[in-house]
Amino acid sequence: MKTQTPLNFVIVGHVDHGKSTLIGRLLYDTNSLAPDKLAEVKKISAEHGRETEFAFLLDHLEEERKQGITIDTTQVFFKTQKRRYVIIDAPGHVEFVKNMITGASQAEAAVLIVDAVEGVKEQTKRHSYMLSMLGLKQVVVVINKMDLVDFAQERFNEVCSDIENFLDSINIKPNYYIPISGIKGDNIANKSLNMDWYKGLTFMQSLDELKNNPANIEKDLILPVQDVYKIDDKRINVGRIEAGKIKTGDAIKILPSNQETAIKSVEKFLEETDEATSGECIGFTTQDSVFLDRGDIICRSGAEPVVTNRFRANMFWMSRKSFSIEQKLIIRCATQEIRCKVETIEKRINSSSLELVEENSDKLENLEVGEVVIKTKKPIAIKKFSQVQELGRFVMILNENIVAGGIITELD
Amino acid sequence: MSRSFDHLDKLENQSIFIIREAYSQFRDVALLWSIGKDSTTLMWLARKAFFGKIPFPVLHIDTTYKFKEIYDFRDKYAKEWGLNLIVAKNEDAVASGMGPDKSKFECCNQMKTIALKQAIAREKFKALLLGIRRDEHGIRAKERVFSPRDEDFEWDYKDQPPELWDQYKTKAAEEEHLRVHPLLGWREVDIWDYVKRENIPVPELYFAKNGKRFRSIGCECCCGPVESDADTIDKIVQELKTTQISERSGRAQDKEDDYMMQKLRSLGYM
Repeated sequence: MKTQTPLNFVIVGHVDHGKSTLIGRLLYDTNSLAPDKLAEVKKISAEHGRETEFAFLLDHLEEERKQGITIDTTQVFFKTQKRRYVIIDAPGHVEFVKNMITGASQAEAAVLIVDAVEGVKEQTKRHSYMLSMLGLKQVVVVINKMDLVDFAQERFNEVCSDIENFLDSINIKPNYYIPISGIKGDNIANKSLNMDWYKGLTFMQSLDELKNNPANIEKDLILPVQDVYKIDDKRINVGRIEAGKIKTGDAIKILPSNQETAIKSVEKFLEETDEATSGECIGFTTQDSVFLDRGDIICRSGAEPVVTNRFRANMFWMSRKSFSIEQKLIIRCATQEIRCKVETIEKRINSSSLELVEENSDKLENLEVGEVVIKTKKPIAIKKFSQVQELGRFVMILNENIVAGGIITELD
Repeated sequence: MSRSFDHLDKLENQSIFIIREAYSQFRDVALLWSIGKDSTTLMWLARKAFFGKIPFPVLHIDTTYKFKEIYDFRDKYAKEWGLNLIVAKNEDAVASGMGPDKSKFECCNQMKTIALKQAIAREKFKALLLGIRRDEHGIRAKERVFSPRDEDFEWDYKDQPPELWDQYKTKAAEEEHLRVHPLLGWREVDIWDYVKRENIPVPELYFAKNGKRFRSIGCECCCGPVESDADTIDKIVQELKTTQISERSGRAQDKEDDYMMQKLRSLGYM
């Protein structure tokens, strides 16, 4: 029996614009709530002196419930008649942007929620920018709390126009704009009776139109070596195919050493196989005895990623301690891990307003984006993010913590 | 590949990637095996990741209150799969007669969390593989794949490290260890679909006898069966598709206090 792959989508937006409530409403309207869970939420809502608060379904930490905010990202499952979904809830508070990024980086699509009363706010913009940086192309914009603006079309159009202008400037073209009320249920699962002027899809119908990310099978082979095991005197190299496919006998090239050999065997436990494709974690041996190591990139001769020690990137700093250009970092791109430094910070940008803070700077503050040139100590195999995301994105490590994420924009 | 890549393949590959990542970064790893369906599935995936030979110990925290079937199952498969099994108990608490009649919270804390703490200190593990899933409990849904615990075992859930693009926090300071959660994205029904597809052995307690079965297995004294006639995996999957009762409804530690799970977890509970 085949089980269908669910669609992962993240809900982002400014604090209190109604993310958790929208999720609660979706679960409720699709009958995805166990009665004991619903009873628990009713009981806890009463204890906090509130009417049934759907947000408590997701905001499970004691602090989250007492303060009525989401601190960390969480995931829940639900299904429509068409398919299954994983909803990723992301906190809207500025303090928890790194948690929002953690959630959003696992999504295939995003729902951007905007409060009809408050309109576009700081995190609305910052989260949108993060979506564009993470390469999320499918976006549904929902204008929430329409009940608080008397379901007025004028207000809907006004807010839509504000957000559209901003999204346009960062190259996001939303698939839909939908007026909703999460708390009352308008245009969530059922068409609103209060907004005759809206002729488009309900929120749930819009989700059903979104697509799963296509596999990278048609692209050139990229197989980063994750580890090497010695099993019964046999050296087995392991890794996950990030793009393309391989089969026994295929000629391969190893970066950065440029050695060439061929695949001798494709290894999977309890399986006889001689080929594998993108997304599979495999073991493999080579025809010549080459000594591979973690961080080597297997590719095909003539279709190699670029091997360089200098490239241009957009880097998002997400650590409370600001970054100073003298600091040495470690870059991680797929399984490659290399010492590096930031050579220049050409632009320092406010990730919400997108305003230029400083040109040719020597630092980045928390939540700022830098257009930077990075120089690595040893050669690194990369692609532009727009070509192959898996080899065009990286994180930076400082003192053993992930402090930044980035995408490669230009190869040197 | 002869068959198309489906949902279970995707989950399987993601889990194998995480298991290999943990071993690659730490080497001093242990797999925490409660002998239930989830950690047995995790074991199966680890066997796949390492071509049948798991290169690190498998740790069973024995509260001494487990079902006989669980002990029998453990010993049978530890032998069959050639596992390096370490059984750990909090001997002092056992000797002092600790039990759920004293306090459920204290019993869980002493017999599981403290026993685990002792084992980690003794064996110097830097990373532990655990079979927890997001859909089990709202608190577990907040977890990272690689989740640091400090020397007091505390989980700093208010300030978790960022995790993106399968890049994890994989370095631990001297006194820390990392909890690694390869099954976080699996649902209960995925586990059963996979158990069936792969023919993974699981304890008989999961299958209905006399109209009752266990959906989640803990200590004999603190977990109750649910009403069920599901005596095969197919019937269990069918039951899960229609049931309105949540998985851990029979588990005492989820119920006693709204935040008991959070309090237990912040002290280092699994």
